[in-house]
Amino acid sequence: MKATGAREIIANATIALLLLAVPLAASAMGEPFYVTLATRITILALAAAGLNIALGLGGLVSFGHAAFFGLGGYAAGIMAAHAFNAEPFFLGLDSTTSMPVIWLVAIVTCGLVALPIGAISLRTSGVYFIMITLAFAQMIYYFANSWPAYGGQDGLPIFIRNTFPGVNTAQPLPFFLLCYAALLLALLMFWSLRNSRFGAALQAARQNSVRVSAVGIAPFNVRLVAFVISAMVTGLAGALFADLNRFVSPSMLSWHMSGELIVLIVLGGIGRLFGPVAGAMLFVLLEHFLGGVTERWQLFLGLILLGVVLFARGGLLGMIAGKARHG
Amino acid sequence: MRSILATGLLGLSLSVSGLANAEPVKIGVITTLSGGGSGLGIDMRDAFTLAIDRSGNEDVELVIEDDAQKPEMAVQIANKMIQSDNVDLMTGIIWSNLAMAVVPSVTAQDVIYLSPNAGPSALAGERCHPNYFNVAYQNDNFHEAMGQYANEDYKNTFILAPNYPAGKDSLTGFKRFYEGELAGEIYTQVGQTDYAAEIAQIRSSGADSVFFFLPGGMGISFMKQYAQSGLDIPVMGPAFSFSQDVLPAVGEAALGVKNSATWSKDLDNEANKAFVEAFTEEYGRLPSVYAAQSWDTANLILSALEKASPDDKEAFRAALKEADFDSVRGEFAFNTNNHPIQNVYIREVVEEDGELTNKVVATAFEDHEDAFAQDCSM
Amino acid sequence: MSLALLIEQLLNGLQLGVMLFLMAAGLTLIFGVMGLINLAHGSLYMVGAFACAIVAAATGSFWIGLAASLVAAAAAGAIVEVTVIRRLYDRDHLDQVLATFALILVFSEGTRWVFGSFPLYLDIPPLLQGAVPLPGGGQYQLYRLAIIGVGIAVAIGLYLLISRTRLGMRIRAGESDREMIAALGVDIKTLYTVVFALGAALAGLAGALVGALQSVQVGMGEPVLILAFVVIVIGGIGSIKGALFGAILVGVVDTMGRVLLPQALSLMLPPSQAGLVGGALASMLIYIVMALILAFRPSGLFGAQS
Repeated sequence: MKATGAREIIANATIALLLLAVPLAASAMGEPFYVTLATRITILALAAAGLNIALGLGGLVSFGHAAFFGLGGYAAGIMAAHAFNAEPFFLGLDSTTSMPVIWLVAIVTCGLVALPIGAISLRTSGVYFIMITLAFAQMIYYFANSWPAYGGQDGLPIFIRNTFPGVNTAQPLPFFLLCYAALLLALLMFWSLRNSRFGAALQAARQNSVRVSAVGIAPFNVRLVAFVISAMVTGLAGALFADLNRFVSPSMLSWHMSGELIVLIVLGGIGRLFGPVAGAMLFVLLEHFLGGVTERWQLFLGLILLGVVLFARGGLLGMIAGKARHG
Repeated sequence: MRSILATGLLGLSLSVSGLANAEPVKIGVITTLSGGGSGLGIDMRDAFTLAIDRSGNEDVELVIEDDAQKPEMAVQIANKMIQSDNVDLMTGIIWSNLAMAVVPSVTAQDVIYLSPNAGPSALAGERCHPNYFNVAYQNDNFHEAMGQYANEDYKNTFILAPNYPAGKDSLTGFKRFYEGELAGEIYTQVGQTDYAAEIAQIRSSGADSVFFFLPGGMGISFMKQYAQSGLDIPVMGPAFSFSQDVLPAVGEAALGVKNSATWSKDLDNEANKAFVEAFTEEYGRLPSVYAAQSWDTANLILSALEKASPDDKEAFRAALKEADFDSVRGEFAFNTNNHPIQNVYIREVVEEDGELTNKVVATAFEDHEDAFAQDCSM
Repeated sequence: MSLALLIEQLLNGLQLGVMLFLMAAGLTLIFGVMGLINLAHGSLYMVGAFACAIVAAATGSFWIGLAASLVAAAAAGAIVEVTVIRRLYDRDHLDQVLATFALILVFSEGTRWVFGSFPLYLDIPPLLQGAVPLPGGGQYQLYRLAIIGVGIAVAIGLYLLISRTRLGMRIRAGESDREMIAALGVDIKTLYTVVFALGAALAGLAGALVGALQSVQVGMGEPVLILAFVVIVIGGIGSIKGALFGAILVGVVDTMGRVLLPQALSLMLPPSQAGLVGGALASMLIYIVMALILAFRPSGLFGAQS
């Protein structure tokens, strides 16, 4: 048991260092694209790390986290568009291109939206929970598709990447470092949540909600808080993703996106600290390199994913580090 | 902020041009090669590669990648092509929403982009850019032509399109030239496959004609169901649902339908004859309107390469703007906003040697310009 | 709106519902018996449509194509069950979501590889062309009525199969206690393969029937898949009766929403605006209905209360 724990720590450290070292090296060698690719991995990992709080710790399989990913993206896109056109944004307030403010708006918006969605969805469980979260995401998806003000299906371009005080975000490397810092913070939060009393209650509620109720903790409240925090982290990732692509569109809200976030977690290893990071690395690299090799890349991507789920139980990290400690 | 961006990009483009002198010209092609929409992208790619091959110009290198019809994917590929492959020019995108995702950032990075199909209104007006050339059409053009043509025969048209920006552009374009009454105006769901409810509404509306814009599988479904419903009110629409790639799937339901396009297989000019012959011989199928636009895009690039090197952006843009190539569409020129000035034709679906195809029956517009050029400050 | 038009639109809703039922019945059966979430169910629908289109084009007969679609979808289902799905029964839902998500990619690109990238042609058979008169002066397309008939027949057939046959008894037993029927000596592996193939055949049937109305192309199964999930969740997962009820509810609500919402809004807004807003609301409508139902009945309308 101890040995597998140590192996997981080594694997985590390797992944964290690799994700930092590759873009630094690529930047030094004048290959900015690999910095961009690493940024994409980092942001998707952040989104999945958010989902991992609900899914990995709480056992809440949300098939609608694309809703929060997209909402975060739209927060960034809409504020940037208002700032670009020098229009007031909300209640006559001036808009801004400052990332910290945009992130705050994205996080708060996602929290506010996740609260009612979670409150209704958590009345259900199992497959019903999977599908009701999907239903809410689909509502927002169709709304964004057909609401003309912010581009509808065409989406919304961000003409100049938003700014962060003291950081030149237009350059790939500084922007990557910002995203990387956000990812580390989210992982730190995941880790401390898992080891906190709250995390213990959440995991206990997953395994035996009756017993948790018996000791005076309402599983519903614990789960709702976890769901909301989870949505907020994914929303932050959405805001960063919009700035990475300089573009936001309803496809960030589609059920494919929700599915992909789940895929990242399962690929990496459910409930593990670095599971989302390992999963995002594998997925994005497969997508990138297979796409360069053959136009049938989706077929091979499917076969590889199938192989992982059938023969590498516990995902990539499960394969490297052995069985998870429970939770 | 802007200046930091600009210096960064300037540094990038200098290093690129330093390398590129002795090397072939690299063209990045992002198009849809997988999934349900791949037929259009495959026609685009096939015509483009064929035009480059047949030109005998050995100094052109193509980098072709699949966007899977996902905007985020297209953005990522565009980044790779610019930052890693150091392409000189880019082209290939089929869909408006993907073009909106990719074009603004590509042109801002001082890479020239040539559109072989999509022409969203935003990129034609206020957001026009010297590095963006549309070799196909502005999105409204086909619909405007149909609206103009409908004036001849119809007084009470029922119009429908999907509920997204290109759909709204479509109905706006139609109404810009149509002078009769509207029997109804419906926005359908994106990706909708069953139109029984809409067809029932058309039947009860007393319309004397129907105009629809439903690209891809939506249009195939609509046309089949419309024919099966036994309604005999005449239908018309832009060429997307009557193009060579989907006609076999629509079947006889399409026979006799009038549709608008800037190109048809039977347009009488030398370039077109050569193109149709080359394409049919190489691939064993008739070319679609996407193939034609893509063939023109390739030939436009080749014509400009004879006059200037893409390393000298200013000169190369000027060379492109001259549009000094033999278009399969006949007369072709660029307007101030780098969008085409061209004829728009009305075609009719006919059967030829047991195969459904189109023939030109009228010219709706001669030397038509788009409605957004005056908003463009170029 | 006249009475005839109202009846016609209700029939349209019913026909959409029946088609969704064919999809949802298989999905809910597979979940009820094996506890499996199958995202690749839409791919089996696509297989049915492609098989029907290709065989009908080769033989000139829609009916042979229809038979081929049942065989092809059932065979595809059985092969997938034996090679992949079987290993997923004792996994949690997440592994099932990932594996069947991967299967969608494999099916879509595999189909495109074999049959090309351009949509295929399939028309309704001559026997079912034309329309029948409706009370109130309207008329309704014969083929769509036939789809409604097929749906009702399948619903009755499934009811009889499950309540009256030995196979049905095992299915019911499998739903309530999996260990027990294995202990009783029922060959559970074969039972699962048969149930999966049956669900696949129903999806293939739906694909073939709808293929004659729509475009037969790669990716056609995905929108239907999501709707079918909405249906089984509204009805209560594992319940065939719930799937039937949910399917008809979704079909009618979706169709009537598309028709009525823009008209209702046009009393307040100019026509193009009403069309836009009404269309947007209509596209969200069934998801709103679903969320409302689950908010009050967390296990669906006919689901076992957990």
